[in-house]
Order: sequence, then C-alpha cells, then structure tokens
Amino acid sequence: MSSQPYELVKDKGLDEGVARLTPEKIAKVVGAVLESEGGARLKAYVDTCAHCGLCAEACHFFHSHDRDPRYAPVAKVKQTLWGILDKGGAVSPDYIARASRVAYTECNLCKRCAMYCPFGIDIAYVVGLMRRICHKLGVTPQYIQDTAHSHSATMNQMWVKDDEWIDSLMWQEAEARDEVADLRIPLEKHGAEIMYSVIGPEPKFRTQLIYQAAVIMHAAGVDWTMPATPGWDNSDMAMYSGDYEIMGRLKRSHFECAQRLGVKRIVMGECGHAFRSVHDVGNRWLGWRDEPVPVIHAVQFYHELITSGKIMIAKKFQEPVTFHDPCNIARGMGLHEMGREVARALCEEVVEMTPNREHNYCCSAGGGVINCGPPFRNTRVHGNKVKAEQLAATGVKTVIAPCHNCHGGLEDIIHHYKLDMKLKFLGDLIYECMEKPWN
Amino acid sequence: MLKSMDYDWETGTRVVADLDQWRERHEWVEEPCIGADGAQAAAVCKVEGEDSFTVATTDGDWPTPFEKIWNLRHAPDGRLTALVQVDGLWTLAVDGEPWEESFDFAWNPLFGQDGGQIGLCVQVEGEYGLAVDGTPWETLYPNANNPVMSPTGGRTAAAVQTVPLGQAEIDKFQSGIFSASVDGETWDATFMNVWGLAFSPDGARTAAEVRLNLYEYSVAVDGKPWRKSFGGVWEPVFSPDGRRVAAPVRLAGKWTLAVDGERAWNTDYYQLWHQVFTPDGKRIAAIVSPSFGKWTVAVDDKPWEIAHAVVRDLTVSPDGKRFAAVAGSPGAWTMLVDGQPWNASFERLWAPVFSPDGRRVAAMAETDGRRVIVLGGAALDMGAADSLDPVFSPDGSRLLVKCLDGRKVIRHVLNLDAVKPA
Ligand code: SF4
Ligand code: SF4
Ligand code: SF4
Repeated sequence: MSSQPYELVKDKGLDEGVARLTPEKIAKVVGAVLESEGGARLKAYVDTCAHCGLCAEACHFFHSHDRDPRYAPVAKVKQTLWGILDKGGAVSPDYIARASRVAYTECNLCKRCAMYCPFGIDIAYVVGLMRRICHKLGVTPQYIQDTAHSHSATMNQMWVKDDEWIDSLMWQEAEARDEVADLRIPLEKHGAEIMYSVIGPEPKFRTQLIYQAAVIMHAAGVDWTMPATPGWDNSDMAMYSGDYEIMGRLKRSHFECAQRLGVKRIVMGECGHAFRSVHDVGNRWLGWRDEPVPVIHAVQFYHELITSGKIMIAKKFQEPVTFHDPCNIARGMGLHEMGREVARALCEEVVEMTPNREHNYCCSAGGGVINCGPPFRNTRVHGNKVKAEQLAATGVKTVIAPCHNCHGGLEDIIHHYKLDMKLKFLGDLIYECMEKPWN
Repeated sequence: MLKSMDYDWETGTRVVADLDQWRERHEWVEEPCIGADGAQAAAVCKVEGEDSFTVATTDGDWPTPFEKIWNLRHAPDGRLTALVQVDGLWTLAVDGEPWEESFDFAWNPLFGQDGGQIGLCVQVEGEYGLAVDGTPWETLYPNANNPVMSPTGGRTAAAVQTVPLGQAEIDKFQSGIFSASVDGETWDATFMNVWGLAFSPDGARTAAEVRLNLYEYSVAVDGKPWRKSFGGVWEPVFSPDGRRVAAPVRLAGKWTLAVDGERAWNTDYYQLWHQVFTPDGKRIAAIVSPSFGKWTVAVDDKPWEIAHAVVRDLTVSPDGKRFAAVAGSPGAWTMLVDGQPWNASFERLWAPVFSPDGRRVAAMAETDGRRVIVLGGAALDMGAADSLDPVFSPDGSRLLVKCLDGRKVIRHVLNLDAVKPA
C-alpha cells in the first residue's frame, strides 16, 4: 500500500499500552465497543464505501506526502477499523500499534474528506471510534493522556489549580487598570447576561487574551462574569482521546457552572474544538439535544459587537492579512462568512488563501494531534506542507486564525517552513483597532 | 442563624439603602448584595483616589479599606463576609474584621446551614487545604479541590492529591494519587480521581465519587468503595438519617439510581442526576432523561409525563410532599410543580422556593429584561425595580421581596392572601 517505509514514532503512552495488550483483550474490547457504540452508522459507512479514493484529494496529509495513498482518508480507515472488522477483532498488538498512531496523529478529524466523498462518509467519525477503542485498550499517546488526566483532576486542560485561575484573572485586572482605571473582571456575578469561558492555556500562557477580552467587554458595556470555580474551561481533550466519560464530566461542569451563575448565554473565546465539544459532542453525550445554556463563539460575539456599534473601529489594520478558517467553526458551524466580515471590519485588505471557507485545509493541530505532544511534532508539520504552500502563496505577512489550536499548529508550520508570517487572533486586532472611549 | 421567624414580617415597603449616597463618596460601587432578611445591603466600593477598596453597608462603610475585596456574601446568620487582601496576603473579613490568619491565597468561603462556622479554601506556600474560622488543616496537600462543609457546619472535606506529580507522568497518575481529606485527615485509600464529596446531615460520614481506574467508577463512603463498580457515577447524597447513600450509576451505557451500591431503581435512563431525598427519607426524586433529548423529574422511579429540553434546580418542599423544577429551553422557561407546568414562560427563571407549608411556590424570573417574582405562575408587579430572591414567612402567608432599582434597595413584605397578580 505504501511507497515509503512506515516508521512507528516512539511514544511512551502508545508503546507501553501496546506492550500490555493480548489478542484476547483486543478482541474483547473491540467487541464491546462495536456492539455498544458502533451501531448502524459504522455499518452503513463500511457497506457504502466504494473504495473510489475520491476522498484522497481532501486530505492535507495525502497532499503533503506527495499523494502517498497511505494518507488517503479511506486508507486511514483501512489501517484502523476496517482491518479490525475484516478480521472480526482478531488483530495483533502490532496492528493496534500502527492503528493508534494513524488514528491519533495522522488525522485531524477535520471532516474535509466528508465533503469529497460522494456518499458523505464521515471518516472522522470512524477514526474517532478507533480512538475510543484505543482509549478502552489503554493505548493513548502520553501527552494527550496527560491532558485528559488534567481535565479529570482539575476540570481544565493545563493542571491549573483553583486559586491559580482566580489569581490570573486578578492579575490581568490589575494590569488592565493601568490602561483603563475602572476596568473590572467581574467574578461570580450572579445573574450577569454572559459567562465568558476560555481554554486552559489562557490563564497559563496567553493571559493577554483575558486582558484584551476584559477591555473589549468594558468598552462594549457588556454585563458579563467569569466563574471562580472549575467549569471555566470549555476545552475538551478527553473528547479526542476517546474518554467520553470524562468528556461528559467536563461539559456538565461547564454548563452547570453557567446555570449556577444564572447567565443567559456563554460566550467562549477563540477556540475551535471546544465549540465542537459544547455544541455537538459533549452536550449530546450527556443527553441534551442542544446546548442547555446557549453558547456562542467569539466570532459570533465580535460580529454582534461590531455590527451593533457597541465596538467602534478607530483605525483599520493597515497591512494585508489572510484569514484561516478553523475547521470546527467553519466546516463545523458555518462561521466562515461571519469570520471574514469581522476581519474585513478590522483590516484594510483581506487576501484569500486557496482553498478557503469550508474547503480550507486544517492547520494539522486539530483533533487533539497537537496535544499528542513533542513526539509527533514532525508528523503534524510534515503532514501539512500544503498549508505552508497555501499560506506562502498569499504573499501576506499576517494570518488571522480565530482558534487556539490553529495558532499552535500554524506557528509550528510557519517556523518549520521558514515563512515570514505572524499570527493574530481576532481579539488581538479588535483590541488594537477599536475606539477606546477612555483615551 | 438568622431564622425567617425573626424577620420583620409587617407588610409594607421601605428603602433599605440609597446607592446614590454610596456613589457620591466612592469612585465606583459594585453590584450590591442584600441579606436574606432584606434589612441590610452592602457593596464593594473603590475608595476615591486610593488604590484600595471598602464595603459600604446600611450602617456605613467598613472602617479599614483593603487592597482588594471580592465575593461579598451574607453568611446564613446574617454576618457580612468578603475575601480581602492585606499586604499581598488573603483572608476572610467578617463584618469588616479580617481573620487574624492570612494565606498566600484564600477563596471559596463555605457555610454550614446555620452559618456558625465558616470554611475557606486556602493555599500556603503552594500547598492546599481548608481553614475553618481562620484555622487551617494541619495537613496541607499538593492540591485540594471539590471542597464541602458539613450541613451543621464545622467539618470540612475536599478531594486531595496526596503525591506530587511531574510532567506527563501518566503511570503515576493512573496508580492513584487522589484521596479525600476530612478536616485534614486523609482517607486510607487512594484513587485515580475523587469528586463530588458529600457529608451526612450530622457531619459524621463522608461519601465521594471515585474513579478506580481509567474505566471503572464507584462511590466511596468513609474511604471504602462500594463493592460494585460502574461505567460512571455522579455525586452521592446521604439520606436524612445519614444511614443510606444514593448515587446515579451508569450500567451498560444507561443511568439508574443506586443506594448503598445496589441498584435501587428499575428504569434505565439516558441520564439521571441531582437526586434529592424528602426530609423523612422515604422518597427520592431525581432529574432524569427518559430518552435522548427529553428531560423530566422522576419521583421514586416514576417519571412525570411532561418532558422538556432542559430540567434543572429540582427542589423538594420542606414538608416533603411536593417537588418543583425549572424546565423548558433557553429563553422559554417554566416551572414544573408536581409534574404540572405553570401557565407562563420566562426568559430566565431561577430555582423554585416553596413556602414552609409547601402550599406556594415562588421564584425569581426575568421577563422583558426585568426581574420579577413569580408566584404560582403569575408575575407580581413591584413597579419599575428588579425583584430578587423571594422568602416566605413561616406560615406562608407573607412574602418578602427585595428590590433594586439601580439607585435604591427596597424591601417589600406582601400579604399573599390579599395579593392580586399583575
Ligand atoms: S485529516 Fe481531515 S481530511 Fe484527512 S482523513 Fe482526517 S478528517 Fe479526513
Ligand atoms: S470517497 Fe467515500 S466512497 Fe470513496 S473511498 Fe473515500 S470514503 Fe470511500
Ligand atoms: S485546530 Fe483549528 S483548523 Fe485545526 S481542527 Fe481545530 S479548528 Fe480545525
């Protein structure tokens, strides 16, 4: 099948997990997951697939590896669940060693291929089910497993302790008061209109985003609050590791936190995968058809603030920019036009990358791949040469990406392929360009 | 404890606080908080021209300002508490007086039902635990979360990490480095995770959700897990006599209720949580989802007929005879009382409040951007002000409503036998 030798990247979580496997254990877990969770959807996909390979054109891994058929979406199914189904679960630990790497690190669950398949087969679903099996087998990459453990122990992604969260907010409030004397980051304000939620890395590494959000909320006169308890983190790597029980626990803590504060809706920061988790996956695992507290993504919120005139743009960003559509909010939610409208309101010139909108290539960080950590950095970066080409072709020096993961992934790509580009969040630009009435 | 029988139940209206006065003497005034009896109001205020804060109350400002103040709350006994910072350290101030002890960080005050003792989450030199009335646990831990205080006050517990963890040490984590600590004494057993702690009503026993390994969950009572494990569990609750523990458990992908480790309800639900015992311990109700996307309340395993997209805030009446819960979907909420919906819906609706005799149900609601009190489904018109947190008199004949109109805090006592809905 493959034109190049396939090298198994070493990973403590995967290697030690595989070492503990026996054929009996594999058969048992596979049988149990397929029986209780595989269901009709999987069967329909497997029976329908015509092996036509049209989905290959969709995948950035395929293009980035010179059209190596091994990276075609259908081949990923072949190397994971298909083989398992063919053999009725009788696969070896070595098979799982490879299948787990394909499932966790060579597919971003970006769903681009679903648009290319004439039958709409959702390969991300199949790969996700393989991850679920891997989780149940105890074969998960070390770093994403560690992140899932952090989620379980602290209800956030980065081992942030209860006081560290509050302390970061107070610190950002103090910093911001040098700029805006009466600025507040309201904590535990019961009955506020909006609960603002972020992802674990914000209090830890990207505190300037919390600062900027506070300044934007202040300028727009928004009635908002942040919780002082766990539930503040909307992110969800357990969804991607296949630990749905922890995923459910996380989403419950997030939504019940908002219910406890009595807010009307949750506004979340610029994150793609968290949106998928609150809007589509985690909420439904718990039994809610929709969101029990409406959640809107930062792109929708900024759009609202700008079009309603709550935020006025004082000066536009002068340099030309390009706009990366995060797959979870573009393909997944249809926010591509809205994202552009916000970008256009803020910037003199938006140069499109091709392909774009719902056809955009994933940054290759998504689907938890970046959370698989340093061992798989090259898998990600080499797997997305097309993204580097796509970015370079725009000729611009600034990329807007309204998603944390995309930032992580694109930063690595920009660095590796030596592109002279910098990354911005929409929040960075709003903060930079908006009218600050107190000045 | 401040008991409702001690409140002033004379019908009528009076202004409790004039916020404009506070605004005149302070740079800014944060959201006011109003005591349960509606007789006192207070707010954190920024001291004019200084880098410090004080609390304005009905009886004047706190005498000493602090570097920072937040989480201003009335304890159940009426004392006014807030988290305050002095010389970069944190503690709790009660009626303006800070505790003698301070901590590198302190947050999340916990009150027993009568408010006599106050618990606080504290961090000292990177170690975590709780403090009660200023005294920290003897043992502190690398982490402590999910804090609780016993209903009668005085005892505290938290999920604690007993061993430090290095970066990405997944094996160590899975070997079990969490336990529970009660008053600073660690349970004998360790688990992969510990969450959702609960005290028995008398504070003598503790239960928690535990994760035994990556896949198996159970409930541990005083450190001892139930004999059976499950695919998932949610928070355990003690019966009023403290003898039984009820918790939702996941069996073969569906949820049901277990008591003392054995399946107690027969139905398999898509979801089940927030179980409550009646005060006599004879009945249990819970929020359930009988099938995907449909939610209601089940009393003793019998779901109500009406289902909604979301159900929350399940409450049992003090006499144990009735149940109410908020139900609906975002922007259109109603109250289900014993399975019957109110004949009205609201943009926002808060938890139901039963009269002590169980006869009446009231709740705070939002409609047309205003907060109102809804009594049995009908909004009470209190003029232009926002109405907050209703409280019934002991005989259920009167209702205390606190109102806030942006400038004033107003206290109303209504005679319900005479009241006409707006
Ligand atoms: S990375 Fe995206 S396009 Fe490629 S197989 Fe996965 S979901 Fe499909
Ligand atoms: S395009 Fe669809 S049918 Fe064709 S190989 Fe891919 S998944 Fe199968
Ligand atoms: S990281 Fe960004 S581009 Fe990539 S999957 Fe998430 S949202 Fe998609």
